[in-house]
Amino acid sequence: MNRFLAIVRRDLRLALRQGSDSMMVVMFFVLTCILFPFGVGPEPNILARIAPGVIWVAALLASMLSLERLFLTDYEDGALELLATAPLPLEFVAMAKIVAHWLTTGLPLLIATPLLAILLNLHPDGFWVLVAALLLGTPTLSLIGAIGAALILGARRGGVLLSLLVLPLYIPVLIFGVGAVDAVIGGFPANTHLLILAGMLVVALPLAPFAAAAALRQALE
Amino acid sequence: MLRYANPNRFMRLARVLTPWSAGLAVLLTAAGLWFALVDSPPDYQQGETVRIMYVHVPAAWMSLFCYVVMAVSAGVGVIWKHPVADVAAKASAPVGAAFTVITLISGAFWGKPMWGAWWVWDARLTAELVLLFLYLGYIALIHAFDDPARGLKAGAVLALVGVINVPIIKFSVDWWNTLHQPASVVKMGGPSIDGSMLVPLLLMALAFKAYYIYVLLVKMRAEITAGKVRALRLRQVHGTA
Repeated sequence: MNRFLAIVRRDLRLALRQGSDSMMVVMFFVLTCILFPFGVGPEPNILARIAPGVIWVAALLASMLSLERLFLTDYEDGALELLATAPLPLEFVAMAKIVAHWLTTGLPLLIATPLLAILLNLHPDGFWVLVAALLLGTPTLSLIGAIGAALILGARRGGVLLSLLVLPLYIPVLIFGVGAVDAVIGGFPANTHLLILAGMLVVALPLAPFAAAAALRQALE
Repeated sequence: MLRYANPNRFMRLARVLTPWSAGLAVLLTAAGLWFALVDSPPDYQQGETVRIMYVHVPAAWMSLFCYVVMAVSAGVGVIWKHPVADVAAKASAPVGAAFTVITLISGAFWGKPMWGAWWVWDARLTAELVLLFLYLGYIALIHAFDDPARGLKAGAVLALVGVINVPIIKFSVDWWNTLHQPASVVKMGGPSIDGSMLVPLLLMALAFKAYYIYVLLVKMRAEITAGKVRALRLRQVHGTA
């Protein structure tokens, strides 16, 4: 556990000292959302209708933006090989890096959400459900994304390839994330959607690190 | 299965099977088309457009079947380090992607007269579209590395992740929207489709399957031969032959 936390702490420290990545992700998230009023017009009703979807899609793209560097920097400077030979199994190394990724991207996105909810005129009833859905959904995005990030190590045009690999796998999270908010705004309980989101997280939590570690091993061969 | 891990042994078998599968595909297609276009009645609601079904439905079945073959081969390749299985996974992907495209295009031609639109965001169409992107992602990934063997290994992980995800995507898209008619051939209590339409449908499905086997064998033979050529070239360069 200590070793696990050591890797999380290391990644957080790297992110904090380099400083830019998390900020960039949040900026991207906010900017993408702000583009929509320009695209569809400023009518509050239209914005309120599309707000959950826009916020979710932007969150999805933003969390993907920083995925490419999840393992790449360690792969390039050789740190990944050291981590692979460390006593901690590679699955846990992957998990630690996923946790760090979520803390540096998923969490900031969550913090920026209230601002966007106001800008996009999100229905007040939907706000807390949106937060809950993002809280359950964004870790799943980090988990699935880590598999893609591990697969593209050493590939040509990794960044573009990553989006092609990961975005189709994100669709279920998007559907239920938006579904939860729409349900509450429409006057229905969101429990089912949130439970399914939680279910996806519970399934991804043990499986994704295994797949990511398998991909990392190939990259290191 | 492990007996054919030896590419040479597999090549001998494939050489025998290739012409048979080709002949079978031609025969079944001819028979299927005759039943589909001539000897089956037009639908009482859909008229002649129902004949699109004889291409559309088998292609849709194949699009999923190829993905399963790809994922199973990839799994066998990972577990037993089976070189021929890796090649099968690689060869299966473009064929599956092609079947998916055929499904989408023939579906659009069918949807236009029936639903009045080339495309609707219905659950099955959407799931098929996502499947196409899964195929394209796999194909892009296996070709993204300088070392082809590394591409195959990375692709295998993706194919296995994908095969867990396909049912989840299917389920969530179903939840999201449903307009397409429910399954009418494979369901409890026997098929609800008339025998005169079921015969050409099944014949075409078998024809597609035989064609798939033929193309798969040709592609796998080409791939294995290409690997041999690569090895020979390398040996020439290094001068150890």
